[in-house]
Amino acid sequence: MVVEFGHYALVLAFALTLVQSVVPLWGALTKDERLMAVATPVSVVMFLLVLASFGALTIAYLNSDFSVLNVVQNSHSAKPLLYKFTGVWGNHEGSMLLWVLILVFFGALVGVFGGNLPSDLKAATLTVQGWVTAGFVLFLLATSNPFARVAHPPIEGADLNPILQDIGLAIHPPLLYIGYVGFSITFSFAVAALILGRIDAAWARWVRPWTLLAWCFLTLGIAMGSYWAYYELGWGGWWFWDPVENASFMPWLAGTALLHSAIVMEKREALKVWTVLLAIFTFSLSLLGTFLVRSGVLTSVHAFATDPARGVFILTLLCIFIGGSLALYAWRAPMLKQGGIFAPISREGGLVLNNLFLTAATAAVFVGTLYPLVLDAITGEKISVGAPFFNLTFGPLMIPLLIAVPYGPVLSWKRGDLLAATQRLYAAMGLALVMTLFTFWLWGMEKVLAPLGVGLAVWVMAGAISEIVTRVKFFEIGPKRGFARLWGLPGSAWGTAVAHFGVGVTVLGIVTASAFQVEHIVTMRPGDKVEVSGYEVTFDGAAPRRGPNYTEEVGHFTVRRDGAYVTELDPSKRVYTARQMPTTEAGIHTIGFSQLYLSLGEGRGDGAVDVRVYFKPLITLIWIGSVIMSLGALFSMADRRLRIGAPKPAARRKTASLAPAE
Amino acid sequence: MTRKQRRLTLIGSAGVVLAVALGLILFALNDQIVFFQSPTDITQKSIPQGQRIRLGGLVEEDSVVRSDNAQVSFRVTDTANVIDVTYKGILPDLFREGQGVVTEGVIGPDGVFVADSVLAKHDENYMPKEVAEALKDQGHWQGGEEPESQ
Repeated sequence: MVVEFGHYALVLAFALTLVQSVVPLWGALTKDERLMAVATPVSVVMFLLVLASFGALTIAYLNSDFSVLNVVQNSHSAKPLLYKFTGVWGNHEGSMLLWVLILVFFGALVGVFGGNLPSDLKAATLTVQGWVTAGFVLFLLATSNPFARVAHPPIEGADLNPILQDIGLAIHPPLLYIGYVGFSITFSFAVAALILGRIDAAWARWVRPWTLLAWCFLTLGIAMGSYWAYYELGWGGWWFWDPVENASFMPWLAGTALLHSAIVMEKREALKVWTVLLAIFTFSLSLLGTFLVRSGVLTSVHAFATDPARGVFILTLLCIFIGGSLALYAWRAPMLKQGGIFAPISREGGLVLNNLFLTAATAAVFVGTLYPLVLDAITGEKISVGAPFFNLTFGPLMIPLLIAVPYGPVLSWKRGDLLAATQRLYAAMGLALVMTLFTFWLWGMEKVLAPLGVGLAVWVMAGAISEIVTRVKFFEIGPKRGFARLWGLPGSAWGTAVAHFGVGVTVLGIVTASAFQVEHIVTMRPGDKVEVSGYEVTFDGAAPRRGPNYTEEVGHFTVRRDGAYVTELDPSKRVYTARQMPTTEAGIHTIGFSQLYLSLGEGRGDGAVDVRVYFKPLITLIWIGSVIMSLGALFSMADRRLRIGAPKPAARRKTASLAPAE
Repeated sequence: MTRKQRRLTLIGSAGVVLAVALGLILFALNDQIVFFQSPTDITQKSIPQGQRIRLGGLVEEDSVVRSDNAQVSFRVTDTANVIDVTYKGILPDLFREGQGVVTEGVIGPDGVFVADSVLAKHDENYMPKEVAEALKDQGHWQGGEEPESQ
């Protein structure tokens, strides 16, 4: 009964998307306030219906209702409760339902909190959001119905893919989807503005918090996915340039560019045409990602099932939305008025440089991801494009960008002074130089690039700090007034500094963990010892253990340093009973920011076992840096000038002009 | 600077960055991509020594030999031809005799394929697409339809 109710709610939601797709826009074009006012209640009811539908599927999972096909294929009665819950989106149908849920959630947010938007822009935005929603709800109902029943319910289900039975499934997909799908709002705003033919600085101010929100979650989602792969797959790698990873990374890169260009548009009314295009691109890349992951053209843990009908359906949606919005753009964009002009060396110039490198990097990732698919489709030739390709293309594009990062915030708008900017960054430069030399001294000349990478990371971090410090003239006015001024800085200034600092932290983690990692692969018998980066790891033996829905062989290791006990690690090899599928559980010990990582290979029968032992210096900084970046986005969102529900734009412009001209 | 000069500077720098990016991409595509080969391809074509390739096929039954220091050797077959492979490291969880595998590495002077990675597969029934097609080429694919990953 509950299941039918969920299905019915989804069908009702589809009917409402059709209303949303027509009525508010009609109102906006005919200036009929009553028709426009339909958008808000419809967006809220749509959200409640999809939420009810999602709730119904969740209940089916929690009750292990094996009369539902989706539950049969992906659940098991012995599965721990948490995984019964997260298993709702650990499959194709459920994850698409989550996708749609977040889509309508964002629509409802704009409906409820968009009170200060001009009514026609709000109505048109919700209509465009309605189009996207209609497409994806139809996709669910037509090709991926999560509520399909089975005629003869089995007694037991097939269980969830063991790799997904992890706390990571509770965190990574929802965060990633909020980011991915969150960009639909910027897309809807862009298309609505193109339809209405009106884009100004106020538009950018409305769009920026939504972009920041989506970007913040996408950053966290990617970082958590990376950490999950790192500890779950047992390979010790944190990024594989796998097409599925790239699918989420491309919208991130484009979204980062969008964040920056929206600043120029908001402050200077320049780059309008470009910002709108980026907004379209960013969500298009999200859609492309969904297509790559959900259609089955790629094989990975994310591609749950391959069904050609689904691929064709998403591809059609992709073509309609991307093609339609780009056609609209080609038609309407030339009508947009160009805004303020600026010298090449200026804050705007810096942000343009950021956009150039980020889009070029996006293009490189795009080519590397799609080229093998296209080549296979056309010539049937099978190739793989792996890490070397991306290291050679993406890497060199990031270096000039990272060098430029600290300069951006210290240059002034319109016309900047490179020399004065450099003077403000002397301290950061000095520190970066010292750290580079220190790393050379520590490691010698064997790795030339790594110390330079460390220097670059320190440069970005120190640059972010010194921008804030020199901005309030901290050392000139003394600490007491200095702290007061720091406290008084606008949220967006803090946001920039914190996010840029996070970038530096992540880069530092990447450089040190890649260059100075120590890896040993050894066959060990009980009592054997292996030495890694000053830690002595002793294998004490292995013993079987039984979990709720798996059995495992646990290796017991003791870690000592200079004879003193440090910790014990229990990496294991599991076999999940329902699917007879083995997985590897790594044993990880965190020391400061570094990690000791142990994973087991297959046993040899005579008590010997293959072991991978890694020491990964500062590796956690990769993820800590990402969290700091998202914190930066939160700071920026908290800025008074951007706050949702803030006073009208006219009043705000007045307060903005009172602020010191930077 | 006039408006025109500014615009030219902007377009010029955009052009430079894009040209550099394009150059990098083309260079990398020329140099860094790895072709997939079946054992038959390797036997018939002459692949230059030291060129990185991906070798895929089935792990031959009873061919896996493990020795100390995590050294493993096995044979990869597409039922028509067989290639010897050595690998140092830990094999992925789903590596089994009689199952599909994709390895990446170079062919050594003695004709033995030295793999530096053996691909992890996420699903127990999963047959790498390339391997399925290579087997079809040999007329030994009994699966009928395309393999499904679930």
